[in-house]
Amino acid sequence: MTDDTAVDDVEIEEAPEDEIIVLAQKWKKKRGSLIMALHELQGRLGYVPRESAMKLGREMGVPLANIYEVLTFYNYFKLESPGKYIISVCTGTACHIKGSPKLLHGIEDELGIKEGESTPDGEYHLQGVRCLGCCGLAPLASVNGKVYGKQDVTNAHGLLEQVKQDQPMHVAAEATDAE
Amino acid sequence: MLQDKDRIFTNIYGRHDWGLEGALKRGQWDGTKDILAKGRDFIIKEIQASGLRGRGGAGFPTGLKWSFMPKQSDGRPHYLVVNADESEPGTCKDRDILRHDPHTLIEGCLIAGFAMGAHAAYIYVRGEFMRERERLQAAIDQAYDAGLLGKNACGSGWDMDVFVHHGAGAYICGEETALLESLEGKKGQPRMKPPFPANVGLYGCPTTVNNVESIAVTPTIMRRGAAWFSSFGRDNNKGTKLFMISGHVNTPCVVEEELGITFRELIEKHAGGVRGGWDNLLAVIPGGASCPIVRADQIMDAQMDFDGMRAIGSSFGTGGVIVMDRSTDVIAAISRISYFFRHESCGQCTPCREGTGWMWRVMERMRQGNAAREEIDMLFQVSKQIEGHTICALGDAAAWPVQALIRNFRPVIEARIDDYVSQHGMAAE
Repeated sequence: MTDDTAVDDVEIEEAPEDEIIVLAQKWKKKRGSLIMALHELQGRLGYVPRESAMKLGREMGVPLANIYEVLTFYNYFKLESPGKYIISVCTGTACHIKGSPKLLHGIEDELGIKEGESTPDGEYHLQGVRCLGCCGLAPLASVNGKVYGKQDVTNAHGLLEQVKQDQPMHVAAEATDAE
Repeated sequence: MLQDKDRIFTNIYGRHDWGLEGALKRGQWDGTKDILAKGRDFIIKEIQASGLRGRGGAGFPTGLKWSFMPKQSDGRPHYLVVNADESEPGTCKDRDILRHDPHTLIEGCLIAGFAMGAHAAYIYVRGEFMRERERLQAAIDQAYDAGLLGKNACGSGWDMDVFVHHGAGAYICGEETALLESLEGKKGQPRMKPPFPANVGLYGCPTTVNNVESIAVTPTIMRRGAAWFSSFGRDNNKGTKLFMISGHVNTPCVVEEELGITFRELIEKHAGGVRGGWDNLLAVIPGGASCPIVRADQIMDAQMDFDGMRAIGSSFGTGGVIVMDRSTDVIAAISRISYFFRHESCGQCTPCREGTGWMWRVMERMRQGNAAREEIDMLFQVSKQIEGHTICALGDAAAWPVQALIRNFRPVIEARIDDYVSQHGMAAE
C-alpha cells in the first residue's frame, strides 16, 4: 500500500474544493458512510481522482489508506477518468451461453481496443462485467447505465450506432436511463 | 399451477402503479397495526409455522433465524438488515421487487423489525441498481409521509426507520457478514462466525440479515395466515417462490410459482418451453451460478424446491434457473463461472484466493482440451481443497460448479481432451 499513501504532486482534475467540503460535512456525522460519500463523489466526476480522495479523507477524518482500501476493493469505483461512453458487456452465465463473448469481440474489433481499455480519443471505454441482473434480456450490454437487451451478437456495429443515436451529447457523470 | 389470487407479488411485472396508492389498492399496508398488536412472539411463531425458508439461497428457516435475536435488549440497539445485493448470475428477482413492488418490502421491514425488536432497518442495495435504489427511496419517502414509517409507525406505537445503503460492486458483499462490513463503510471481507450476527452484528449489535424476498413475503403471510402459505409446496419446502428463468428458453421470465412444481411444468407453462424442444435440452443450473450444474435427464421431471434439487445432487439456491440447450459448450460455461469466482474472491482465505485461480486456469485448458485425463481428478481434488476450508461460502460456491461438471459431464471433458490429443499430439505438460 506504499504508493497509495505516497504524496502525488501531479496536477489532477479536481472537483471544486467547497463541493468536497460540503460532501464531507454531509456524510461525516453518519456512521459507515464512506462508501456513500465516495459514490457521491464519483457520481459528480465520473471517477475518484487522487486529489479529491485526499481532500475527502482530510475533511472526513479518514486516513487515505482506508479510502484506497475501499476504492480498490469495489469494482464500481474508478481511479482514472473513463471514456465518454462506458460500454459494459454482461458476461454473466445467461449472457455467456447466449453469445456475449462474440458481442464483446465484435465491439473490440469495431473500436480497435481490447476489453478494459479506452479509445485513444477518450470517447469509449469497453469493459466486460459480471452479471447485471437482467438475465431475461440476455445477451445484453449497458452503456452509461442504459441497458441494451436481447442483442444480436453478430451486430456490434448496430449496437454502437444505436448508442450514438440514443445518447448523442452524453456526459458520463450524468447517466440517463430510459426506464 | 399457482392461481392469481394466491400470488404475493401482484405487481412484479410493473403493470400497475408501484407507488403507495397502487400498493394500498393491492392490499398492502392493510391492517399492519393489528398485525403488530399481536406481539413479537406471535409474529415469529407464525412465520415459523408458515415454513418460510430464506429466499437468498441457503434456505435457512426465516422464523427460526428471527428467534435467535435476544428477547430483551441489553442496552444495544437491534438491527434488521435486508440483503438486496443481488449479484448471483442468473438471479433477477429482488430487482423486480425493488422497482415494481417496493412497498411489500418496506411493510415487511416494519413487521420483521418489530418482531426482532429493531427500530432501524438497513436495506443494502447493490451498487449497480441505481434506478432500483431511487425507486425504493421514493417508496420509503411515501411511507414516511403517510405515517407508515418513522415515529409511531402505522399508529402502532413502534418507532421504525428504514435506510437505504448502497454497495459498490462486489459479489462477496452478498455474504451476510461481508455485507455488514460494507455497511460499516469498510471493504467487504466476511467475518469469522461465531459470534453470529444475532449476537454481534452491525456495529457490534444484535442483527438479522434477510433476503429481500424473505422480508417482502412476510406481510402477506401475516395477513393470510401461516396455514395459507404452508398449503403450497410439500413438507420442508413450503410456500410460493419467485423463479427466474433465463438462458435457452423461448420466453425468459420472472414468475411466482408454488415450490415443488416440476421443472418441465415450470418451463412449459411460463418460459414457452426449451428452445428447439425438450430433446434439445442439455443442462440446467437450477439456482444461480454457484449451484451444481445437472444433466437434462436428471432435472427434467424433478421438483423445483430445496429437497428436490438436493435429491439430484444440486442446490435450489435462489431459484435462478439457467437453461442450456445443446448449442452450449458446458466446459466453457463452467470455466466462465470459475473466472467469475476467481475475480470475486475477496482474498482473505488462501484456499479460495489461490484455489479459484487454479481452478480457472485448469478449466481454461480443459475447455481447449489441452490437458491430460488424470488432470480431471486433480481438478476435482483441488476443488475439494477449497470446499469447506474458507471463512465464508464463496469457496464452496466456486468449487461446486466444477465438481458438478466433472460428476455429470466427465465424458464431454474426456472427449475434448482426446480430440485435442489427436490433433496436436500429447498435451503439453
